[in-house]
This record gives sequence, structure tokens and C-alpha cells, in this order.
Amino acid sequence: MSWLPVLSVLVPLTTAVLGLAASGSARVQRGLTLFGSTVFLAVALALLSAVWQHGPVAAQMGDWAAPFGITLIADTLSAAMVLITAITGLACAVYAAGDIDDGRRRQGFYPMLQFLLAGVSGAFVTGDVFNLYVWFEVMLISSFALMSLGAGRRQIDGAVKYVALNLVSTLLFLAAIGLLYGMTGTLNFADLHGAVQEVDNPGLLAAVAVMFLVAFGIKSAVFPLFFWLPASYHTPPMAIAAVFSGLLTKVGVYALIRIFTIVFTDEALGDHFAYVQGLLLWIAGLTMVTGVLGAACQSDIRRILSFHIISQIGYMVMGLALYTTLGLVGAVFYLLHHIVVKANLFLVAGVIERLTGSFELKRIGGLYAVSPLLAVLFLIPAFSLAGFPPLSGFWAKFVLVRAGLEVESWWIVAAALVVGLLTIFSMTKIWGEAFWKPHPGGTAALSLPAGRRAGVAVGPLVAPIAALALITITIGLFAQPLYLLAERAAAELLDPTAYITAVFGSLPVEPAVVEPTPAAEAP
Amino acid sequence: MTAWTDAVSMEPVLAVVAGVLTAAAVYLMLSRNLVRFLFGLMLLSNAVNIVIFASGRLTLVAPPLIPGDAVAPAATVANALPQALILTAIVIGFGLLSFVMVLVWRAYVSLGTVDTDAMREAEPVEEDADPPPGDPASVPSPARGS
Repeated sequence: MSWLPVLSVLVPLTTAVLGLAASGSARVQRGLTLFGSTVFLAVALALLSAVWQHGPVAAQMGDWAAPFGITLIADTLSAAMVLITAITGLACAVYAAGDIDDGRRRQGFYPMLQFLLAGVSGAFVTGDVFNLYVWFEVMLISSFALMSLGAGRRQIDGAVKYVALNLVSTLLFLAAIGLLYGMTGTLNFADLHGAVQEVDNPGLLAAVAVMFLVAFGIKSAVFPLFFWLPASYHTPPMAIAAVFSGLLTKVGVYALIRIFTIVFTDEALGDHFAYVQGLLLWIAGLTMVTGVLGAACQSDIRRILSFHIISQIGYMVMGLALYTTLGLVGAVFYLLHHIVVKANLFLVAGVIERLTGSFELKRIGGLYAVSPLLAVLFLIPAFSLAGFPPLSGFWAKFVLVRAGLEVESWWIVAAALVVGLLTIFSMTKIWGEAFWKPHPGGTAALSLPAGRRAGVAVGPLVAPIAALALITITIGLFAQPLYLLAERAAAELLDPTAYITAVFGSLPVEPAVVEPTPAAEAP
Repeated sequence: MTAWTDAVSMEPVLAVVAGVLTAAAVYLMLSRNLVRFLFGLMLLSNAVNIVIFASGRLTLVAPPLIPGDAVAPAATVANALPQALILTAIVIGFGLLSFVMVLVWRAYVSLGTVDTDAMREAEPVEEDADPPPGDPASVPSPARGS
């Protein structure tokens, strides 16, 4: 039993509770959150290094044996996702110090952010499908609160749509869990892997698989189910939008990858697997294309970026849909690189608004002359998103395209390349309008940024942006370590033997004592 | 014991109840009125709970209690897990639904409508119709009393 998977949930939870207790003092609460986020980052690093050295790390809650108790388990993918969650959380906590007004802080921004991180991290390390639901809910309720914090008119409008569609997804997910349990009698991922292969009606199993697909599809905003995202992500303050854009949809993608590699595998679904795989491939292609086209006709930076989240989700689903080792390597690589890049772009958008007074491209401009540093810091994530060679996005796209060519899936490769090109169009549009074009209000409008905010320093806002950009460059220049990590994660996903052994093999007590569940007989 | 209390005949009944609840929920959720949507969500969450309950199998056997000196039940006992799952789902569902209720009320107060088609605050029809840069909350609300 290792404490690391437990700590990766416990640390943000503790930080949140202490943060609630300290809500009287802004300074104490901020300091506490920054400290907690740093500890979380350290725990995540320790978890990843433990997983790297010893393989999947499991923890049985209360020492109840595996299929009966609650299992927390981190394999390479989970550990890497927890690490990237911790990085994003820390960056946004630092950024929030200069972005979140005191009203929102009093309403509980910092504790909610930590609850959100706990939910995300819990979803990554949980070992059974019902607890995945529970952690989704922890994440969801905190995100609801963050989304409507401050209760501006736009925010309330966005929150209504966000909340409504996500609740539908949640209920669908829960119903699918019920049906899966009815067929297999278990909820533990490792146990399900074997149990689903004994279900004698693969058609019914495929129907449940598609229910999971739709439920996680809504969460990850894939093609016909993404409408809540562009309706809501541009409404909260950028520190909140950055966490959302970086993490929330990616938890949905993670859940898709997890459930389709350990539960609904090709052995379990039989002939129906090709159908589900084909469906995923179509979803991937259409998600990429609609997302990028949606972005092309927007003129608000936040909305352009929101639509690009959707388009990028398509790439990750493409990696899963190809269902080869290289495809999954690409999906995992893309997932990890994208979280950093996307969160960073939203943070940059926040600074752009600080300096120019608007997110609307028609109303802003002239930033290159005022702040060349910001221009460079925008260029790095923007071009990484589009997939320019020395940056992280290039490698992610390169692996995916190569995986597509390997299985001769020509049209998805074509879609991936064209969408990459259209991404450059959107990014150059922001570049041209916000940085090169002179400000419509003259340079005077820039020298005293938006009057009311003149007293706010941009310095603390730029530090996390620079740090995230540095990560993007590092991944780009030294892609090999991350590629190896993704390769190992993909190998573990396609051959879950190590995962299953870790869940069932690490029992410290003899079985007679740890069999407390009344062996419920399913007739 | 009459046929109606027999577990075997209860499963189709529960299936029909879950189906009817889902149908009613979908009908309500197709409405543009947020309050109706909310009622739809409530019905759907109950339908899902019934599905989980039925998927654990309905049996007329002993309660899942084990004598103090044993580690396993002597005979077949009822499946306690679905009940635990539903209990969790009810608690979570209750929390979420209370949040949504307050959110809908708040939306009515600050946007002055519960018709989702009329809620175009975050996505204005005309992009130029954006309110001037400033705190959106400071725009006077059309609703009374806010």
C-alpha cells in the first residue's frame, strides 16, 4: 500500500478545507493555497517517479481487498495527468493573486479551486468506475461554483448552459454504471477487464459502451455534444477559464481512454468493436473540423480559444480511435502538451485584456509596441497549438499523423493536417489584430491600461505564463523523455496486466481476514 | 405471499417505471423553460436510481447481516451494494439539484427570464451588440427587485 495516490487527493482537499478556515485574511488564504499547491506538485512528482520506477502504484482504502473495497491506483498515464494537474493548479493559483478580485475571493475562489483540483486528481487515480463518477461530481460541483462566482449576468447565462448539459451527462454516466454493474456484478476497473469478457451478450455491452461514450463525450466536448463549452467558457475570469480549459474537458478524454482500453476492449466487444472504433474516428474528425471552423468566425479572443479547445479534443480522440500503440502514444502526448498550452493561452488572453481593456479583436491592438515580451509569450503557446516544429505541439501532431498513416486512415490524417493549418489562421488573426494593428483608441489608450485597473501590476500575471511557456519549449526541444513516458503509458493501456496485478497483488493481509463483503449473489 | 410482492414480478414493474420516468423526463427537458428542464432532471435522476436498484437484482432473501463470529454470510443474502450506490447517488443528486434550483432562480432574477432562447447574454446574436467594456454585472437588470 502506497500513500502517494491517496496524498494526491488528500493534499488539495486539505488545502481547500484550511483555505475555507482562513477566508478572513486574503494574505493567509493566498499563502496557504500557494503552499498547498506546491506540496501537491511535490506529491505529484513523487508519484510519477514511483510509478516510473516500480510500475503502477495501488492503494486499497481501509485495507479491504481489491474488488470489494475502494481502490486508488496510478499507472503512468494517471501519474502524468496528476502531475500536469498540479502544474496547472499552481500556475493558476499564482495568476489568480493578480486576477481574482476580493469579492470573488471572499466567496471562496481559492478553496473551490482546490476542491476542483482534488476532484480532477481523484478522477485520475481512482480504480473503480463508481468512484470515477463521485470524483466527477466533486469536480463538477466545484466548477459550477467557480463558473457562477461573482454572478455577473453573462456568467449566470453561461453557467446555466454549462450546468444543465453537464448534469445530463452525469445522469447518463450513472445509468451506464448501473447497467454495467447489472451485467458484470463489479465496478472495479481491473475486475471489469475480465468480467466483461464473460458477458454473453456483446451487443448489450456495446450499447452500454456507447452510453459511456455519449456521457464522456459531453464532458470532453466532442462533435455533436460540445454546445455547452463555447456558451460558457468565455464568461468567468481568466484564472478560472484557464483551469477549466486546461483540465475539465481533458478529464473526459482521460475517462474515454481509460474505459475503452480496460473495459470495452476489442476482446470484450467482439464484432461491435469495429463499430465503436469507427464511430470514434468520425467523432474525432468532425470535432476537429467543426471546432476550428467555429473559431475562424469568432472575433472575441476568449471565444476563439474556446472553440480551439473543441478542435484539439478531436486530435486526442483520434489517437484513441486509431487504437494502435502509436495512436495512443500520440493521444497521451497530445493530452499532456495540450493542457499546458491551452491554460497558458487563456492566461495570456487575460493579460491582453488587462493591457488593452477588451477581449474583442476589433477594439484592441498595438500590443507589440507596448509589450514585446507578451508578444513572444503569446507566440509560444499559439504556435505550439498550431503545431510548429520546435514546439511541443509539433511532436504531438507528428506522432498522431504518423499513427494515422500507419493504419492507412488517410482522411483522418488529411483532416488533422488541414485543421492544423486553419489553427494557424486563427492564431495569426489574434496576432495581427491584437499585436500588430495599431490600437483603435490610439497609443494613449494603452499607456494607461483601462483606467480603473491602472494600479494593478501585470508582473505576477506574467510569471506563470512564462513558466508554462518554458515547459512548452522544453517539451519541444527535448521531446524524447515525454515521448518515452507516453509510450510507456500507451503500452500499459493496451496491455493492462501490470495494472491488474497492482490492484490485486498488493494485499498485505491474508485473504481470510479481508473478505468482509457479504458475497452478494447475483442470480 | 401474493404475486405482487414477489420479486420476480417486480423487475418488469421497475423497468416500466424507469422507462416512464425517463420518457417524462426527456419530454420535460426538451422544453425551453428552465423550470421544466429542472423537473425533467429530477425525474431522470430518480429513473437512474431505479435502474441501479434493479440492476443489483431483486431477491426475497435474508438481509445482508453476518453473525459476529463468521466472516461470510451462511446463506444467500440480499445485495447491499446497489443500495449503497443509490444512497451516494441520491446525496450527490440532491446537492447538484439544489445548486441548479438556486442557479435558475438567480438566472430569473438577473436575466429576467427562464426561457433559454431568450438567454443571449453570453452569446449575443449580433457581435457588435456587446456591452461596452466594463463589469457586466453593472448593467442594470430588467427584472424587478434586483
